[in-house]
Amino acid sequence: MEYKLTFKEFNKALKKGRLLGLKCRDCDKFTCPPKMACQECGSTNLDTAALGGSGKIVTFTVSYVPSEGRDAEVPYTIVMVELDEGPWLMGNLTDMDPNRVTMDIVGRRVQLGSRSKVLPGDAYSIGGKEAEGGFARPTFIFA
Amino acid sequence: MRKVAVVGTGHTPFTFASDKSSVELFSEAAMDAINESNLKPKDMQALYVGNVLGDFSEGQAMVQSYCADDIGAFNIPATRFEGACASSTLAIRDAFIWVASGFYDVVLAGGVETAAKMGTPLATRTFAMAHDSHYEYPIGLTFPGFFAMLAHLYSSKYGVPLQRLKEQMALVSVQSHRYGVHNRVAQFHKEITVEDALTSFMVCSPLQLYDCCPFSDGAAAVVLASEEKARQLTDKPVFITGVGQSSSGKLSSQKDYAPRIRAREVSVKQAYDMAGIKPEDVDICELHDCFSIASIIAAESLGFAEYGKGGELWEKGEAKVGGRIPINVSGGLKSKGHPIGATGASQVYEVVHQIRGQVEPERQVEGVKIGLTDTLGGDGVLCNIVLQKGW
Repeated sequence: MEYKLTFKEFNKALKKGRLLGLKCRDCDKFTCPPKMACQECGSTNLDTAALGGSGKIVTFTVSYVPSEGRDAEVPYTIVMVELDEGPWLMGNLTDMDPNRVTMDIVGRRVQLGSRSKVLPGDAYSIGGKEAEGGFARPTFIFA
Repeated sequence: MRKVAVVGTGHTPFTFASDKSSVELFSEAAMDAINESNLKPKDMQALYVGNVLGDFSEGQAMVQSYCADDIGAFNIPATRFEGACASSTLAIRDAFIWVASGFYDVVLAGGVETAAKMGTPLATRTFAMAHDSHYEYPIGLTFPGFFAMLAHLYSSKYGVPLQRLKEQMALVSVQSHRYGVHNRVAQFHKEITVEDALTSFMVCSPLQLYDCCPFSDGAAAVVLASEEKARQLTDKPVFITGVGQSSSGKLSSQKDYAPRIRAREVSVKQAYDMAGIKPEDVDICELHDCFSIASIIAAESLGFAEYGKGGELWEKGEAKVGGRIPINVSGGLKSKGHPIGATGASQVYEVVHQIRGQVEPERQVEGVKIGLTDTLGGDGVLCNIVLQKGW
């Protein structure tokens, strides 16, 4: 059984600011990030779909302790966004100074920016052809 | 299925970077467990070892085979379990099932980790491997980041003002340290105050230094035996009466229940049902407090408090020795330490010793008959074990 929407395709689209997901023919709900089976009902009757990239922030954190090789990034803001279509998508919030981020951002509407930041691979991902050109990071701005 | 008992236990100190290898540490814990059980290494019919990151911390994979060989348990079947921080609980649960089924009579199970050796940058990178490598790591998600997001979500969903939640979290860490002082195997032997916790540096908002468990090195092991065998070996068998295990996807897959970890509720229900008990029957609990917020979230899913009210257990002193439900009076992961492959076995060790009345008097709970362990590996592995006094 072929994997319908791979990371490779998702990543390529995200780099161009397009958010892809899967729509289930059995329950009509969306799955994003993509999987083999519908995240709501488990069916594999799925079609690739373009999602709008808009939603609201449900939670966040500002990270101050970097992972190996990523010192230059801190501090940075991670948000979990409930997309209008239903799924939750994790990404970075880029149009607020991380040091000024508070609980006030929970509930605010955001949208995917037209350009996603890209993380180059590291020692643990360098060989994967699915990650050629780096990993796109969903990048959100306030709507 | 036959009844299965813990007949021997072993536990190294949990420390900062060790000067011993993973094989050496596990061998020490294993030999203590075997000796305590009045058996010999050659009596072990199988070895199950939890070890998550030995490949990175020492360049050593396949540690389980070398551990078996090292202690003189030549050629026995040896298997490595990887379930992030739940690895050795998985090992013990599996060992229980093989003995209960009658396939084996005596199995050695436990775990080892040398995470502290890696130093913070590499440890942070490798611990982040317990999250999604393609859809989360590029965004910069790290292990504390995941729990930090749960903390903000908890505050928002249950309407607990963040400042109050942080004070509840601080109380969890203060209690952990108070008991760790009296645990000979603990990594930290110093108390902290709420003010220390609230003024320490920010790791991932809202989690500060003392909300976070350390990187640790250490090992723990137990010997499991069938009831018949156990009664020949000891007059103080501690029976495993319930086990549970569950898995889950990454955080975005958990949207319907977050900040509850649904998989824990599935797993602990299996364990409670198998043991024929309810949460109120539990006399002591070693739960997965990798971060202070994780204690609060776990206590609720294990049935000790209503959702949104878990922090009140610590505010009201209900989680201490003498309280309604003593939680992590070993010092927990926060002050006892968290060598992730070994933690599950360490929790079982603590519960067994509490049931036997063998822990330091400052943290011994009176009359323990039933204990529960709870481990959450990464965001995706849950395992619970119920233990009961057998005499």
